[in-house]
Amino acid sequence: MSSKESTGKTLFVAFCLCVVCSIVVSATAVVLKPLQDANKELDRNKNILQAAGLFDEDVNDDDDVMELFQSFTPRVVSLEEGRLLNVEELAGLQIDTQSYDQRLLINDVDFSEELERSVDIANIKRRVIYPMIYTVEDGDDLETIVVPINGYGLWGIIYGFLALEGDANTVKGLSFYELKETPGLGAEVRNPSWIALWPGKKVYDEQGEVGLRVVKGQGSGDFQVDGLAGATLTSKGVDNLVRYWLGEDGYGPLLAALRDNQQGGF
Amino acid sequence: MASAKKILLTPIFENNPIALQILGVCSALAVTTQLSVTLVMCIALTSVTAFSNLFISMIRNHIPSSIRIIIQMTIIASLVIAVDQFLQAYAYEISKDLSVFVGLIITNCIVMGRAEAFAMKNKPAISFLDGIGNGLGYSFVLITVASVRELFGSGSLLGYEIMPLVQNGGWYQANGMMLLSPSAFFIIGFFIWALRSVKKDQVEARDYRLAPHSKEEGIA
Repeated sequence: MSSKESTGKTLFVAFCLCVVCSIVVSATAVVLKPLQDANKELDRNKNILQAAGLFDEDVNDDDDVMELFQSFTPRVVSLEEGRLLNVEELAGLQIDTQSYDQRLLINDVDFSEELERSVDIANIKRRVIYPMIYTVEDGDDLETIVVPINGYGLWGIIYGFLALEGDANTVKGLSFYELKETPGLGAEVRNPSWIALWPGKKVYDEQGEVGLRVVKGQGSGDFQVDGLAGATLTSKGVDNLVRYWLGEDGYGPLLAALRDNQQGGF
Repeated sequence: MASAKKILLTPIFENNPIALQILGVCSALAVTTQLSVTLVMCIALTSVTAFSNLFISMIRNHIPSSIRIIIQMTIIASLVIAVDQFLQAYAYEISKDLSVFVGLIITNCIVMGRAEAFAMKNKPAISFLDGIGNGLGYSFVLITVASVRELFGSGSLLGYEIMPLVQNGGWYQANGMMLLSPSAFFIIGFFIWALRSVKKDQVEARDYRLAPHSKEEGIA
């Protein structure tokens, strides 16, 4: 038996290798972390801007994102009470809007809750109790409300943002930033020509119920958006998630309060 | 010792890891819907193969044979994590598209195969070249597959429109199957067929021969 096959040598080699490899791995992770975080923030902000129709890949570049995003104010919603949390409440919950990442809190028992099956039409199983939304205001006038939305499509949960006009009733735009749908079929929910069908559609009918639907084939009127051909289940998923998040179990109560109290300010 | 040029170029046509050895096919199916994503995947795999070969070759005389596979895996896994971190920092959009497939380079048989078959027996410099060569062989097949899939599946190449799609007011009705994984199987199959038609020596010997059929021949 040669010396390199001895138990002592084997353990020594294994130990040295582990030390070297762990140093390499942790060093790259630590050194690159700030850049990665910046990328994630940039990506999220870009999606919010795209939902609000303020960012066009062909016109703007990444440098514009931070500048355009200046006009957006992050606000945290209490879904249960249907209102925005004020500064004291945020401090009480130890939420810092600059670093708040609700997707990390989805399994945190203090910040998220399980949904009952009967309520959970978007099939997301859990939701964060205090989601962060973004508003654009001009003085006391509310111009844009951007809310995060998610729901199950065909292969997995689709994540995106939906932007409403200041009237809290007219769709301003929609964007999806993460999905597992079939490329060329379901993933066409990201196609700009389909997204372009959304702006101008109304959300709530005369009874105050969510009237906005994704329908199979050609939609008509203020409340209907054409479903995607060949992607029935993804279209259904988008329909469900829009109905859920804008409905009374989602942002419905908040949006209703904003409609009733347009000049109330924040 | 084979010349450097031969080490570098043989894996592209003569001994292609995908077409001849049929290794690493899984990622060839998964990441070839868009050419830009494929290119990044190819660079990632080539650098992992090259550097894992280099490092394993450097310490090959100290690796106890009882734990050699574990040592190879540890080095490969560390390199893959490093590459993944780099992609997330410098090519975020593409790293989102590649998602788990960068991590899955760890399980790519080409990397492990070259480490075990070549780097354990050869000097570092030549092992490094062998890694690059095999990475290029992999890349060659992937780029071919991705070009076909993106062109016929989305009517574009590297995101530039070549054939305007019907949904965007053009004339080309995209072939949806090209965007699904099975199409890559067919394309790789055709690729291997074409390669073996030119290089007949790659055709494998038959495993079986049909027995003479029917009673007549059997009796006679």
